[in-house]
Amino acid sequence: MNKIAILMVFIIFSCVLISTILTLRPFGEPKSTEMDDYIIKNAQNETGANNAVTSVVFDYRGFDTLGEATVLFTAVAGVLLVLRRNAHE
Amino acid sequence: MIHNIPYLAAVALAIIGLYAVLFKRNLIKIAIGISILESGVNLFLITLGYRENAVAPIYTNLPEGTSIPEGMTLPVPQALTLTSIVIGVAVLALILSFAVKIYQHYGTLDSREVRGLRK
Amino acid sequence: MSEPSKIVKTIASIIFPFTMVFGIYVILHGHLTPGGGFQGGAIVASGIVLLLVAFGSAEIAKRVKESHLSILESAGALCFISLAFLGLFKTFFYNFLAGSNFIFGRIPPFGSNPGDMNTGGVLPLMNMSVGLKVIAGLSAIVLVLSLFARSRKQKKR
Repeated sequence: MNKIAILMVFIIFSCVLISTILTLRPFGEPKSTEMDDYIIKNAQNETGANNAVTSVVFDYRGFDTLGEATVLFTAVAGVLLVLRRNAHE
Repeated sequence: MIHNIPYLAAVALAIIGLYAVLFKRNLIKIAIGISILESGVNLFLITLGYRENAVAPIYTNLPEGTSIPEGMTLPVPQALTLTSIVIGVAVLALILSFAVKIYQHYGTLDSREVRGLRK
Repeated sequence: MSEPSKIVKTIASIIFPFTMVFGIYVILHGHLTPGGGFQGGAIVASGIVLLLVAFGSAEIAKRVKESHLSILESAGALCFISLAFLGLFKTFFYNFLAGSNFIFGRIPPFGSNPGDMNTGGVLPLMNMSVGLKVIAGLSAIVLVLSLFARSRKQKKR
């Protein structure tokens, strides 16, 4: 009973995934690129960096990098808390 | 269908990872399955931002003759994939530390024996 | 487990400085070439893990204490947050160094150019603080995992 339910979930999920990607746009033609065209044209002028990806990560979308730094800090704090060695006395 | 092969590769990785999470009993194999599933999702996210015959959006020593907005790939999906990869590393570190602690307490890594909350 | 042989120790000590220099190069030139804080920090942390695998965790735990690594990681996070707060007179993450004549304030000419390190505004400083945070965090994770495994093995014997 349990194994049959897991098998049905797996088959339904994989069928949904494969039937979704067959109806996507062909590879290499994005639909609307106005935001990225603006970022590529004005990244050197506004931030002063040659690398458009770094200027997106740290300047145009700095909040996401702040959240990611918080997640990394929480993971390190969690690992150092779980694996302490002098807690058994 | 022949022009959708990169998407098929990302979905194949996701299906393999999902099989390892659902059908395997060892905790380490489930952790490996979660990591493969995450790789498939990151690959799918980064193949959404490609343009035909384009170079990276970096201005240092550009090759000759690239048109400035239309000859470069989109930079925003690359930035989001970077965040997703770092979060995947953080989740994998926590899963492995919990697996070490569970092995120390129960003596086995079988996911059907380590159900102390159920009894 | 027996001690690693002399060949492994020698080759690891030769390769480790090159790995560290390459990782710090990738961190510092994050605004000119592909790379940045997270990528360069992962490269340097993999160099430290190479030393940990070659020499055993007892040797490395004598020289690298995990309390120092924790202080370094908190310093990196605090530096990142304070750089975000310094531009608060306009918005939260404002790039207040680009365009001014302070350290990193030149605007490069439009189009293809050989990279100049004087550009970038507040981006190289953010790259350096995030790189320090990633180096200390990943090294602390691998060090604590290997020390826990070694102490368990000694207690069981």
